[in-house]
Amino acid sequence: MPEPKKVPEDKLKEAPQEQPQESLPEGAKVDLNAAEPVPLPVSRIPAPTVETIRAAYEHPWAVRFSHWLNAISLFVLSTSGLQIFRAFPSFGPRLPEKVLVHVPPTVTLGGWLGGALQWHLTFMWIFMGTGALYLGDQFLSGHYRTVLFTPRDIPGVWPMVRHYFLFGPKPPVTGQYNPLQKLAYTATVLLGVASVLTGIVLYKPVQFSGLAWLMGGFHRARLWHFVALCGFLAFIPGHLLMVILHGWNNFSSMGTGWKKNPEYLAGPSE
Amino acid sequence: MDTPQDERQLKRVTRRQLLTLTPLVVLGAFAVPKLRRPLLMGGQKFSDWASAQLFRTRHPATTFPDSDLTPLGRFPYNSYDVDDPEIDLESWTLTVSGLVKKPGAYTLAQIQALPKVAQNTRHVCVEGWDVIGNFAGARLVDFLALVGADPHARFLTFACADDYYESLDMPSAVHPQSLLCYEMYGRPLLPGHGAPLRLSLPTKLGYKSAKYLTQLTVTNELGDRRGYWVDQGYSWFAGL
Repeated sequence: MPEPKKVPEDKLKEAPQEQPQESLPEGAKVDLNAAEPVPLPVSRIPAPTVETIRAAYEHPWAVRFSHWLNAISLFVLSTSGLQIFRAFPSFGPRLPEKVLVHVPPTVTLGGWLGGALQWHLTFMWIFMGTGALYLGDQFLSGHYRTVLFTPRDIPGVWPMVRHYFLFGPKPPVTGQYNPLQKLAYTATVLLGVASVLTGIVLYKPVQFSGLAWLMGGFHRARLWHFVALCGFLAFIPGHLLMVILHGWNNFSSMGTGWKKNPEYLAGPSE
Repeated sequence: MDTPQDERQLKRVTRRQLLTLTPLVVLGAFAVPKLRRPLLMGGQKFSDWASAQLFRTRHPATTFPDSDLTPLGRFPYNSYDVDDPEIDLESWTLTVSGLVKKPGAYTLAQIQALPKVAQNTRHVCVEGWDVIGNFAGARLVDFLALVGADPHARFLTFACADDYYESLDMPSAVHPQSLLCYEMYGRPLLPGHGAPLRLSLPTKLGYKSAKYLTQLTVTNELGDRRGYWVDQGYSWFAGL
């Protein structure tokens, strides 16, 4: 973002000579903080009175970019994953051959096992790359401190649950994320890491035999991979509901980064 | 970044920020039918390349005690055409050609004269199921030495009596657990399991372990026919 152009005082005085057909009305103020080059002199049409607003840059680019990449990747990975699962809907060895979880074809992607594998193994790279971008940015920039759930957040979880689900009183807003949000977002990052690690074992059980052993073996890794999917499937509806309830200003901040008048900035207006 | 003070400034700032997300539009290419196939094939090719990088010829697949074996009677087999291509075992030979010093027809006795290796390894199907089986035979690397195969050749291709076909990268072929398998569970291969000779590749998905072998070619070129299932859209490398 370019620095707003600051117009030196002496330039202002010279301005009317550069464009003699217009003149600065007496007492007109030039906005020194305007982000674009100051058009000199100001137009004769009186500027609309603007209300001062407060805004916060909540989501840096890496967060927004990886959020939407993840939204797309998770859609592709979960639907193609369910298609792969349909080829052998079980978690054990071949026997007993039982359909443990029935997956309707309508929620799948790829059409057949080979097609679903192509989707899954293409988007796994996008998902892993996104995860590396997000985690790298969070730790290098220090942003993780605003969202990482820590033991200090534990006492704040229950009041938020009571507020959201039991119509309890609203706890005071102290930061960008409340303790329940921190818990949910930290959990999704862990789900992502778990999905990748279990996926690696399913994809390369021989090359990563040590990791497979840590997970309790090849069959267990398949189960944990599925459990991670269930975690995402539990998070997403609640996440979407909250986004809808909090409205456009909140939603658009995941596109633009900026949120107007966030609650934690509330206070006497300047 | 300066904090915008009014609506106008905020609009300007947010528009600019939104534009920085435009690279995401590239993913829309996956929704275009004409582009989807090449993109997914590119993803598969990249995955195969990465798999080849990850492959370690010296890293063994886990072996299991006899108590973990799936009983032979419950060892499933997927056949693409027929369960028994009715091979005449008396006259069967493996025809070897390509970049080898001693091409020709090799009998089962010649293969069985090589050191015999028996191992309990996991056979993983691309569908997701797996079984632990007992496989015995000659190391593929020993047979390649017998026929004088060019060790710098890149690929092996296999043709089968049931018209199945497969191909293999050389590093996987010379893995010490890659077998030209003629026995399972201490008995000559059953017709359903690929008698008289099949591949047993514990470092590959099951469909790479071709059955009813009749031809082996050492080559540097794969051509269009890379493998029966591979040509349907499954991964060629298929490494575990």
